[in-house]
Amino acid sequence: MATPTGLAIAPTARASRGLWHDALRRLLRNGPALIGLFFITVFVAGAILAPYISPYDPTIGVLSDHLQGPSLTHLMGTDKQGMDEFSRVLYGARISLTVGVVAVMFGLIGGIIVGAIAGGAGGVVDGVLMRVIDVLLAVPGILLAIGLVAWLGHGEIQIMLAVGISYSPMFARLLRGSLLAIRESDYVIAARSMGASPVRILVRHMLPNAMTPLIVQATLAAATAIIDVAGLGFLGLGPGDPRIAEWGEMLTDSRSFLQSAPYLILFPGAAIVISAIGFNLLGDGLREALDPRLKR
Amino acid sequence: MARFIIRRLLVAIPVLFGLSVILFLFLRLLPGGGPAEAILGQHATPQLVAQISATEGFDKPLYEQYLTYIGRLLHGDMGSSFIDGRQVADTFLIRFPGTLELTMGAMVFAVGLGIPLGRLAARHPNSWIDAVVTVISLFGISIPVFVLGYTLAFVFGVQLHWLPTFGQIDPRLDVDPVTHFAIIDAMLAGHWYVIDAVSHLILPSIALGSIPLAVFTRITRASVIDVSNEDYVRTARAKGLTDRRVNDRHIMRNAWLPLTTVIGLETGALLAGAVLTETVFSWNGVGSWVVTSIQNHDFIVVQSLVLIFAVIFMTVNLIVDVGYAFLNPRIRYS
Repeated sequence: MATPTGLAIAPTARASRGLWHDALRRLLRNGPALIGLFFITVFVAGAILAPYISPYDPTIGVLSDHLQGPSLTHLMGTDKQGMDEFSRVLYGARISLTVGVVAVMFGLIGGIIVGAIAGGAGGVVDGVLMRVIDVLLAVPGILLAIGLVAWLGHGEIQIMLAVGISYSPMFARLLRGSLLAIRESDYVIAARSMGASPVRILVRHMLPNAMTPLIVQATLAAATAIIDVAGLGFLGLGPGDPRIAEWGEMLTDSRSFLQSAPYLILFPGAAIVISAIGFNLLGDGLREALDPRLKR
Repeated sequence: MARFIIRRLLVAIPVLFGLSVILFLFLRLLPGGGPAEAILGQHATPQLVAQISATEGFDKPLYEQYLTYIGRLLHGDMGSSFIDGRQVADTFLIRFPGTLELTMGAMVFAVGLGIPLGRLAARHPNSWIDAVVTVISLFGISIPVFVLGYTLAFVFGVQLHWLPTFGQIDPRLDVDPVTHFAIIDAMLAGHWYVIDAVSHLILPSIALGSIPLAVFTRITRASVIDVSNEDYVRTARAKGLTDRRVNDRHIMRNAWLPLTTVIGLETGALLAGAVLTETVFSWNGVGSWVVTSIQNHDFIVVQSLVLIFAVIFMTVNLIVDVGYAFLNPRIRYS
């Protein structure tokens, strides 16, 4: 029995180390992916360093300075309450990136749990879970998130949960599909014939080999999550505290000043677009790096 | 084929049943006390709560409430709004044409521009044209509809005064809402009012169509490149067929297959995107109705609209799958 173990396990371990090593090398040679990584780094740095580099308090406005255009004193101008737009965009990065990324993580965790149980167990369990997923997928994503926020109430955690739940069916389906595809692979059959428990086979052998598409999808989902979170804020379903700078809510607050102060739309809008571009470029780069056959 | 359609319809039943249970519980388990309290919000007084609980049956046992709810649904009764007292179904019939018009406008824009762009990029892979098309599609998926909507409104409305940015038709024009499709009603009214209706549709369609535009461009490009490398395309060229004939008869016919699936999926996504677009352009459709209903705590309307959106979404997916079988003789559903 010793030989089959060696045959079954060793190639998996070696292939997986090699895969990640090669993928990283390919990623670092991918120009667009590096641009994406650069955008993300800039925003993450801005979010972390906001208390040190923002010139004004983002929650305190000077009413006599309201609706001033961009200048040296206010790089991105001021809003209707005289708050410094640049400081608010910087602080907004904290909310938007954190909420967006954590929402995707929630969705990923939920999706992995459901997808692993469905794909690992199969049979009735799989059937029931997939019908539940069908129900959730029948409601278009942002509408599901809107309904959930309306139900859960305002707040950052609620938004993370709502967006996360709206993403988890997609992850669950993806993981289940990958798991089903590798269920009859040689190394899984070998592990099974060795007497490994179903849970061990799932966790040690199947999941690590099924994660690649999930990682790519999660990176791309971070881009749409940032857009969705801003969309909720835009619809008045944001964190709920008007003092908190959130890109989507900043846009809503500015829409009556489209004529007189278009920069109030421009800067938070550009922040959302550039961070979404960052995650989209990185996601595409990761996909090409992890599956070189896709590159043309 | 008939068997396939029937089977798909049968599969839809448990999904709709599950959704109806979730939506039923959504209303009953709203935080803030009970459904009556949640609907009334800050206006809740013990008398009003008791009154609404009695008329809506919130005071009965849950299973009894569910049976009443599902019984009403099956009779087409989706309840009525707490704000204006009108039946959800009545308001829906008035507002849905607006959303349909917007969705179709966005689809025309996305298909009409996305497929030629994708073909163009595929014909010159890895050239500067390809790079420009890739950047356009990257922007398309990265820009939220409301950011693009305001940008378009600012440039073409506020600055250039070329296009209207508000509503479906100029309210000063004497147009009777007959069909509630702004363009058709404007045609019926005559006087070339239809030009005004179409001009109102342009900016919202572009804003809503940006994401599908990006998706179609990418899929077309990938699919055309894929098919172009097939043996039968090489054979067709070797036979001496013209470029045009090879493109139309051999490449595009096959490249259309993945596109139809994606076009169907995006139609569902467009309905959801309409929620944001309609809010930006003050469009009188179902999407903006969802938003105002949530803001007004009109949860019975929200509950019904989510169900309607899901039914539309599932119907579109079914049509796509059936259409796919017609287009692709290699697939036979049995």
